[in-house]
Amino acid sequence: MLKKAQALFLRPLGAVLALVSAVSSHAESAASQLNMPQGVTEVSQAAYDIHMVMMWICTVIGVAVFGFMFYVMYAHRKSRGAVAENFHENLVVELLWTIVPAIILIVMAIPATTALLKVYDTENADIDIKVTGYQWKWQYEYLGEDVKFMSELRTPQDEIYGREPKGEHYLREVTEPLVLPAGKKVRFLITGNDVIHSWWVPDFGVKRDAVPGLFTSAWAKTDKPGTYVGECTELCGSGHAFMPVVVEVKEQAEYDQWLADKKAAAAEYASTIGKQWTFDELMVQGEEVYNRSCAGCHAVNGEGIPGVFPALKNSVIALGPVVEHLRVVVDGIPGTAMQSFADQLSEVDIAAVIHYERNAWGNDVGDITQPVDVLNYKQAK
Amino acid sequence: MAHGPATLADGWVKYASRWLFTTNHKDIGTLYLWFSFAMFILGGSFAMVIRAELFQPGMQLIKPEFFNQMTTMHGLVMVFGAIMPAFVGLANWLIPMMIGAPDMALPRMNNLSFWILPFAFAILVATLFMEGGGPNFGWTFYAPLSTTYAPDTVNYFIFGVHIMGASSIMGSINIIATVMNMRAPGMTYMKMPMFVWTWLITAFLLVAVMPVLAGAVTMMLMDINFGTSFFDAAGGGDPVLFQHIFWFFGHPEVYIIILPAFGVVSQIIPTFSRKPLFGYSSMVYATASIAFMSFIVWAHHMFTVGMPIAGELYFMYATMLIAVPTGVKVFNWITTMYKGSLTFETPMLFSIAFVILFTFGGFTGLMLSIAAADIQYHDTYFVVAHFHYVMVAGAVFSGTAAVYYWLPKWCGKMYDETMGKVQFWIAFIGFNITFMPQHFLGLAGMPRRYADYGLQFADWNMVSSIGAFMYGAAQILFLFNVVRTITHGKPVDKPEVWEGAEGLEWTVPTPAPYHTFEKPPQVK
Amino acid sequence: MQTSHRKLLAKLVAMAVAMFMFAVFVLPPLYDLFCEITGIGGKTDGKYEAVDVRVDTSRQVEVQFVATNNAEMPWEFYPMEYSVVVHPGESRAVNFFAHNTTGEDMIAQAIPNVLPNNAADYFHKTACFCFDSQPLAAGDQAELGLVFIIDPDLPHSVNTVTLSYTLFDITDRSELSVSQIQ
Repeated sequence: MLKKAQALFLRPLGAVLALVSAVSSHAESAASQLNMPQGVTEVSQAAYDIHMVMMWICTVIGVAVFGFMFYVMYAHRKSRGAVAENFHENLVVELLWTIVPAIILIVMAIPATTALLKVYDTENADIDIKVTGYQWKWQYEYLGEDVKFMSELRTPQDEIYGREPKGEHYLREVTEPLVLPAGKKVRFLITGNDVIHSWWVPDFGVKRDAVPGLFTSAWAKTDKPGTYVGECTELCGSGHAFMPVVVEVKEQAEYDQWLADKKAAAAEYASTIGKQWTFDELMVQGEEVYNRSCAGCHAVNGEGIPGVFPALKNSVIALGPVVEHLRVVVDGIPGTAMQSFADQLSEVDIAAVIHYERNAWGNDVGDITQPVDVLNYKQAK
Repeated sequence: MAHGPATLADGWVKYASRWLFTTNHKDIGTLYLWFSFAMFILGGSFAMVIRAELFQPGMQLIKPEFFNQMTTMHGLVMVFGAIMPAFVGLANWLIPMMIGAPDMALPRMNNLSFWILPFAFAILVATLFMEGGGPNFGWTFYAPLSTTYAPDTVNYFIFGVHIMGASSIMGSINIIATVMNMRAPGMTYMKMPMFVWTWLITAFLLVAVMPVLAGAVTMMLMDINFGTSFFDAAGGGDPVLFQHIFWFFGHPEVYIIILPAFGVVSQIIPTFSRKPLFGYSSMVYATASIAFMSFIVWAHHMFTVGMPIAGELYFMYATMLIAVPTGVKVFNWITTMYKGSLTFETPMLFSIAFVILFTFGGFTGLMLSIAAADIQYHDTYFVVAHFHYVMVAGAVFSGTAAVYYWLPKWCGKMYDETMGKVQFWIAFIGFNITFMPQHFLGLAGMPRRYADYGLQFADWNMVSSIGAFMYGAAQILFLFNVVRTITHGKPVDKPEVWEGAEGLEWTVPTPAPYHTFEKPPQVK
Repeated sequence: MQTSHRKLLAKLVAMAVAMFMFAVFVLPPLYDLFCEITGIGGKTDGKYEAVDVRVDTSRQVEVQFVATNNAEMPWEFYPMEYSVVVHPGESRAVNFFAHNTTGEDMIAQAIPNVLPNNAADYFHKTACFCFDSQPLAAGDQAELGLVFIIDPDLPHSVNTVTLSYTLFDITDRSELSVSQIQ
């Protein structure tokens, strides 16, 4: 009997001690295995603080209540000779344990309210970023700056399916992170392109659903440069676990340089679109794009999933006229999961991936699709 | 039937007809209980697939598309196929006996309520084998993932939900009619056992909110097949509307799940404390408060959807307040034990574990209600841990306690106490190893419904999976215990199986005759 | 069937019919009324009839415009000005550029959204391309107009209002052809 009570007591105590050690260990930067991060913004700190307050209050109440219960289980056992009394009501005690918890709750509500007020304070931002959730990647647009790009998972399918050992940044790496300046208030305007996603950066204390057809908002301001990783937190289909958020906060000067470089690169790209690529250059580029953006559904070997995602190996489209192939990739197929990639892949990438699909896995059509072909297709429509 | 119910000795046609056409509350209770256990094993196997895949990072066993089907079906089968029918089974077996009635008020509707369930779940489970796969949008099936982007089988899903909702509504009407009209003379409302009270209140909740679920699912059907735009912004609708409608059902639903479990524990603890339940009227009022408040807190499931701050604050405050009546109930159970004469047979072990672990889940629920902190908890494993603590260590443990407690009355045999305790400890330890680490996973940043995860989440996922296999094994042992008891258990022939048990069901012979209280008893 | 049963059945059937009628004829207008009164969800009112509104020159509000395409919508769609500064009460016109880059006639619907949510009640559109569906023939482009007034009663805590449009392709849903709408 005593052993039972001890066992029932030690388990929750062990859990509590583990939490205690997590609390007493510092760490706002080292990713904790046990506790919420304090993060790098006022909001993340507020969330952490109220979380800890609540946790401690619940722990104290829990220890008191369960402690009393374990005592009762020990002291009032029949095997110890306890004889049952017969009382079964007491108005005073009932009133006490109704009113006292209510008061504790009202007291808890005050810091809970001030914390929430912080979350909603999106006024007077320095920068506005439009965040759009796609199946299965994010698009970031710097409003008023004409800089826009997709950010998708960079971890290769081979690592996911165990054909290659997993890298250090497994599922925490993207093609292009969101870059923000330190010390400036950033407002996020968040929407969804297709289904509901949710944009979460734990270190910022920002999580807002990305709902198609409407916009939600959040804000963050940090003085600490660094790389902050987040996740999609609303089930959005098969790629839900494969669209991480990566934010790089840079010092203001570095950020200004980055932004200028982005604008320059966009201008330069526009002027190089006429370049004629070689067959092999396109195959190499195309394979990379394919494995990153298409293999999630159509599989690395081009065989897709029967009944769900069509095979591209030996497919009518990949072996047929290029204009049809362009139509599928550029315009998508409405009513299916095949999206339009016009906004998500550059003309170079679209040309390369079409080229790869037409010539890989034994398809061997033998033709070449140049980026300018894609541009012409888009403009001629 | 003059000679008693048909047995296998009467030939399989007569035996099958008995079960197909029965209007006897005991038979229907048995049908519900076995069906719910089969669903529990099925839903549990989906969970085993999930935890096997999540044992290590990477996709080893299944593809993400199938993983999403597993998480969806696990939720649907457990909530609608296992937990709810299990407690309906208990209601059927126990309510008439507890109030001194010969049967339920509407015995033929009772039969229909049960038999449409296997039909509905056969269709639902069959979708896993159809082209496009089964439902893959989570048991909460948010639009537009569940409308525009759903697999073709979504229509079968909607059909299954409608049927299962109809079953619940009919069952609830039956319970309300029975409890209001058929109590034995002298049994006023405030003399009813707590299990009857909690089911009466639950039945009202069901009647109120199941139609809302039916509405949500019908609107989905319209959007998918008939060109309406309830949840489609293009046509002037709103995906968030779906969430409001769903959770207006969804929140009372979780109280529907837990209130009967509260009732069971309120029966068992007094028996093994040999002391009456402390604060009976408070318990009734607390249950009614919880039920009432459950209607006005639904948007705490939607704290990140972009609600105006006034709404978010209101829902936070209202949700926090539910802790008060719930706390009252916990204190009353403990005070029932206080200065009692306690023994720790298997039903009592499960009930005590319920009080501790459900309360623990209640604490994490309180933490979740704090909207500013919920920014970091929402849609992570912290939520998964919370609801498994309240639903598994809560409702399932309570259901298990109920089976061990009343099984002797149902079949006239006593289970093996040592095997019962062994099953308890394996379940208790396995459960905690599975779900305690999930709190850490959520706090460390792992979202829910993730088929794969970053390396920093690997250790706790492995621990959780090991616990899950252990907990699964405990359920097989539970099945073994129950079957062994029925076939080889030591006979019990006294009406009052347990010393200290109070209530009309403990005044009828053991096992309970096919028809009990054909003449109502007089209750003092 | 017993008379009393028949009467009960008649009453129940009549009640069911009445409930249907209520749902079909009474609820939609009630729902519209509710949305109008509460302005829930950042959804702005329909067309605003400008009464004599005083201009509050002591205050300035920045109004930002955001445009986004939904799913497979391939049009080019962006605001001609990213943001303007207005006084509450002042009527202002802005334009959005739309270009149908495909080879087919299409019809689009723009769905507006106002942030912050509590500003939605104070953002009045006297003319907006979002009131109607927008047809564009293949390759055509257009400048779509919006005329708005910020209500002087806009809470003082709000200095920036963001109006966003999500553009949807409703070609398949619309029963009319592009030429019919034009």
